[in-house]
Amino acid sequence: MAEVRLRVNGADHPLDIQPQVSLLDALREHLGLTGTKKGCDQGACGACTVLADGERINSCLALAVQYEGAEITTIEGIDHPLQAAFVRHDGFQCGYCTSGQICSAVGMLAEHKEGMPSAVTGQGSGSHLSGAEIRERMSGNLCRCGAYNGIVEAIQEVAG
Amino acid sequence: MRTFSYVRAPDVETALRTIATEPNAKFLGGGTNLVDLMRENIERPDVVVDISRLPLTGIDELPGGGVRIGALVRNSSLAAHPLVRTRYPVVSQAVLGGASAQLRNMATVGGNLLQRTRCLYFYDEASACNKREPGSGCSALGGFTRNHGVLGVSDHCIAAHPSDLCVALAALDAEVEVESTRGTRRIPLTEFHHLPGSTPHVETALAPDELVTSVELPAPVTTRSRYRKVRDRASYAFALVSVAAALEVRDDTVTAARLALGGVAPKPWRATEAERVLLGAPATEESFRSAAEAELASATSQDGNDFKIELARRTIVATLRDLLTDRSAA
Amino acid sequence: MTQTLPETTTTRESVVGKPVDRVDGTAKTTGEARFTAEFSHPDLTHAALVHATVSRGRITAIDTSAASAVPGVVTVLTHHNAPALKSPRKVTPTDLSTMASGTSVNYLNTDEVHWDGQPIAVVVAESALAAREAAALVRVTYETAESTVDFTAEEPAAKPQKNNLVMQGSAKKGDAEAAFTAAPVKVDRRFTTPPLHHNAIEPHATLAVWDGDRLTVHDATQSIDWLRSHLALRFGIPTRSVRVIAPFVGGGFGGKGFIWAGTILTALAARATGRPVRLVLTRESVYRTVGGRTPSTQRVALGARTDGTLTSLIHTSVTRLGRVGGTPEAVTSQSKHLYAAENILVRQNLVELDLVSNAAMRAPGEAIGTFALEASIDELAYELGMDPIELRMHNEPERNPIDGKQFARRHLREAYRVGAERFGWADRTPEPRSMRDGRWLVGMGVASAFHPSMLFVANVVVRLSVDGTVLVHCGLQEMGMGSATVQAQVAADALGVPVESVRVEYGDSTLPMAPGAGGSMQTASVANSLLAACEKLERKLTKLGRSPQESPAAVLAREGLPSLEVSVGSDTRLGRMAGQLRFMSKFLMDQRRWMKAALGAHFCEVRVDPDTGEVRVSRWTASFDVGRVLNAKTATSQLKGGIVMGIGMALAEQTLIDPRNGRIMNPSLAEYHVPVHADIPPIDITYLDEPDPTMPLGLVGIGEVSITGVAGAIANAIHHATGKRIRDLPITLDKLL
Ligand SMILES: Cc1cc2nc3c(=O)[nH]c(=O)nc-3n(C[C@H](O)[C@H](O)[C@H](O)COP(=O)(O)OP(=O)(O)OC[C@H]3O[C@@H](n4cnc5c(N)ncnc54)[C@H](O)[C@@H]3O)c2cc1C
Ligand code: SF4
Ligand code: FES
Ligand code: FES
Repeated sequence: MAEVRLRVNGADHPLDIQPQVSLLDALREHLGLTGTKKGCDQGACGACTVLADGERINSCLALAVQYEGAEITTIEGIDHPLQAAFVRHDGFQCGYCTSGQICSAVGMLAEHKEGMPSAVTGQGSGSHLSGAEIRERMSGNLCRCGAYNGIVEAIQEVAG
Repeated sequence: MRTFSYVRAPDVETALRTIATEPNAKFLGGGTNLVDLMRENIERPDVVVDISRLPLTGIDELPGGGVRIGALVRNSSLAAHPLVRTRYPVVSQAVLGGASAQLRNMATVGGNLLQRTRCLYFYDEASACNKREPGSGCSALGGFTRNHGVLGVSDHCIAAHPSDLCVALAALDAEVEVESTRGTRRIPLTEFHHLPGSTPHVETALAPDELVTSVELPAPVTTRSRYRKVRDRASYAFALVSVAAALEVRDDTVTAARLALGGVAPKPWRATEAERVLLGAPATEESFRSAAEAELASATSQDGNDFKIELARRTIVATLRDLLTDRSAA
Repeated sequence: MTQTLPETTTTRESVVGKPVDRVDGTAKTTGEARFTAEFSHPDLTHAALVHATVSRGRITAIDTSAASAVPGVVTVLTHHNAPALKSPRKVTPTDLSTMASGTSVNYLNTDEVHWDGQPIAVVVAESALAAREAAALVRVTYETAESTVDFTAEEPAAKPQKNNLVMQGSAKKGDAEAAFTAAPVKVDRRFTTPPLHHNAIEPHATLAVWDGDRLTVHDATQSIDWLRSHLALRFGIPTRSVRVIAPFVGGGFGGKGFIWAGTILTALAARATGRPVRLVLTRESVYRTVGGRTPSTQRVALGARTDGTLTSLIHTSVTRLGRVGGTPEAVTSQSKHLYAAENILVRQNLVELDLVSNAAMRAPGEAIGTFALEASIDELAYELGMDPIELRMHNEPERNPIDGKQFARRHLREAYRVGAERFGWADRTPEPRSMRDGRWLVGMGVASAFHPSMLFVANVVVRLSVDGTVLVHCGLQEMGMGSATVQAQVAADALGVPVESVRVEYGDSTLPMAPGAGGSMQTASVANSLLAACEKLERKLTKLGRSPQESPAAVLAREGLPSLEVSVGSDTRLGRMAGQLRFMSKFLMDQRRWMKAALGAHFCEVRVDPDTGEVRVSRWTASFDVGRVLNAKTATSQLKGGIVMGIGMALAEQTLIDPRNGRIMNPSLAEYHVPVHADIPPIDITYLDEPDPTMPLGLVGIGEVSITGVAGAIANAIHHATGKRIRDLPITLDKLL
């Protein structure tokens, strides 16, 4: 067991956990923050996306101990126009990937603002966040219900 | 996942000392490969040494026009860095072509070099695998080989190295700096990864107690470089074939060429044969084709990955053609 | 959400059809919505599965000592120490829940192994981490037996599927073989499709709690009611002693429709330990224990006169079942209905393999059957030198081709007309490889979509309160179809109250029984009963002297009644049985009379890289004839969702089962490629909104129709772009080199 202090959504949480515990399990099982989802535990779906110091990461491949001191933001700590936009544009069906999509989109908008390129940057879209840019940048978040169109529309609306 | 103990290394010295004294320890960078493999019971360290807070996060210009990249620079920071984007577009593109934004925010340069194969049988404890368990056999032979290699493979292992970044680094003559309690040494990236031969479990030139501290790129021969990745969906998938290329052309003649392939070999594959054919040749599709032919001449394949030989040829030609015609890459 | 001020008048606009936002939208965008794995219980333990690693045989030894020694392990259950379970029952028409059994294996009550992946031990521990760590330490020795696992090798020995009440294994009209031989123009093609998995992003999960002989389970299920009956049967307790709770389900697509090992073993482990147990399947365990879509080989032979008139349509298929269970897929279903061929022959064949049973997956049968049929029609069009839409319209039937039944409704012609115009089909030059955009080869393809419509029994209770709120109780399931939202719209319109004042409670077996979320029938079935209930309520209000302008709540206020309740259907054991029998007889009569289906026309544009064979879907228009649409927003999403899944099926998805040993080798979302954002262009959906006169409210199910035809449209577009016909899914780039 290790004593770990996690900072989540602005609050400190001392935890006594084994080093194997992922950040995802620490949130869901130990802190009761179940908004963050587990879809694969393999880094392959993005359902577990949270922000660590403002940057989006897959919490399933993060050991909780490693993130001691980082400012973790989960869906429960997010209050963003994207959320209402997701409802308006029906950017989900079952809702299981939604927390991850929203956290990812929040991180993505910040990355884009800071000039982070993507694999399609330079292919004609300039600095504008085009549909193609959003789709490439959001490709780390699977949605098996296929709500991709609504998600992209919601992000586009909020990005302006 | 097996139980292990966790040590956070505050500085390089502690990291090196810990790894030197613990017989079954592993460094933890971004964790995106190690944690996955530990969860699958394929990596079973007793001690995990967290190196993610080591101050090896700089990207610095070197005298002479090269760049030195700290081993703990995250993939996303590497791809976004102005020096990298302007001098080595191929590196930035290779990184952005890999994994997802979330994973790139976590993954480190050192970890990317040392990530292990995605061979389906390597990942499956119930299957025989010489890499996981030396001498047990190779289940991939006669099995699913879509993501396996066609160059440099052996009867003992046909796994491919999955990294995108490494392919670009291999093309650019990068050198890896490694450190242990015994000192520091430099390994050319093209010699960093081993071919399987009869010992597929020996994957790199790195000793178990050595830490990758940085990667150095010499001044680019040309800034006209690009990375082309071909895969089974538009994003978030490993390469079937990828090509990192840099091309300098004067008076319609190739004056410098750097070429490496990904997805087709147990290591990032520097295409020296192709480069030899290209150098001094007219910059035409025909030369590109002969260069590709030359490189793939020694390829061997299984049923499931036979297409990669032709795909690699075509991707080489297409990438060079793009470099030739796309002025924006200059 | 609940409106407190009762309205006094009832003049309001209809909300049915409107793009009403989902009632659970906020819960899902704030992380508040709780899925099965997120429920807890005092003293909770956690389970993990151990899977067999041979495809057939017997366990000779199972060593659990290392596993038991892991700190936190409560017990390791194997066939040596697990409590007894009753075997699942054979399927009987009087108890449809008998269809719900995933496999016939009596888990942990036998030393027999029937497929690679069968759960053979369950570890229960204080944490999920410890359970998983211990599960990896269980050592098993087997005596292996010979097994057959290679579909391609076994497929030639397939046997004909027998006809039954629910599904025909074969059907014919005229002499299709003779007509085919005589036809002046013909195509005769063979197609293959691979095994697929649902891959709902939420993995299967169960939380089981026993209280004496009463069992409560939270389960990620698509069929609360069947699960309840099934658990009662397996544990030998009365149905009323089982409660199933599933408020939110993170996608199912058929994968959560049957009852698989994980659910049963969680309840078993809870019984054995006397403690609540939660099991969240790893992604690998989902692949190993939950069946997926069967692979298929298909033959389509079409004969036509030179004017395009189809004289012969032959469609045969081979699919697989597990030796331990599974249901045949109606692969040839659409071929009996889509074209007015003069002679028709369809035949479905089956092989049984030592693999986990196959399971229904979104439009089982038609999803893959339309691929072969619609690609063949396209090939015939090229043989004839005809436009593929023109060929389809030329053979558009007036009556159901196979048996001459009347169509309840059929506007496919109109769907094509509207779709072609929106898509710009007229701009297409028919010659393959004739369209380019820069280096990209551009191709356009069309295909028809088809899925039969059904209804099922649903019980509902509706309560109107004096404060103006309406409460609908129904044990339906919500996996993202927007069920609660659309049923609120139905009730609002029927009672003339604002939609915000209607609340639908669902996802709990204590509520009146509803059909599972499958077969695209839940919405119409529930709406059917809900309408009947609302009519009953109206009648009661009329009896209370309601005046035309008076709101329902005003009547109650005037009469001094706190609330008024009506119900449709009975939830007693006898009542349910009677309901099912009534339904079966009605269903069969209705089937004899009408041919009902959801239909559509897909238009797709692809770009193919001439160097690498990479395919990108660049445009999509789909035009549907799906009866009345309840909610423009959720219906559009659902229709798009099927197309997205179809794109995955067409281009990338494939479960890799090693033919040497029957082991699934890519049980991972990294190696099974479902579409990502970058694969999906903006999809243009349009629907005719013509009610079906034979269905309640004119509704036709829409959950599955949109995946049908997708792979065909893509294959046709790829042919148009490249000149290559690829008849084996998925159409990966190597096939185009
Ligand atoms: C779903 C998924 C998709 C992916 N797709 C791609 C892709 O398309 N292309 C691609 O290139 N990669 C891809 N990746 C792999 C990803 O890039 C690697 O996992 C990542 O680069 C590893 O970096 P890390 O810092 O997380 O390494 P870690 O997981 O921390 O470590 C990996 C290994 O390197 C060792 N190590 C780490 N740092 C050092 C050091 N400084 N010195 C010595 N040893 C060290 C560790 O001990 C460990 O053995 C994907 C990963 C996932 C999960
Ligand atoms: S190819 Fe290499 S990694 Fe894969 S099973 Fe064979 S030996 Fe193991
Ligand atoms: S749960 Fe973390 S990426 Fe899927
Ligand atoms: S909404 Fe169901 S997976 Fe995205």
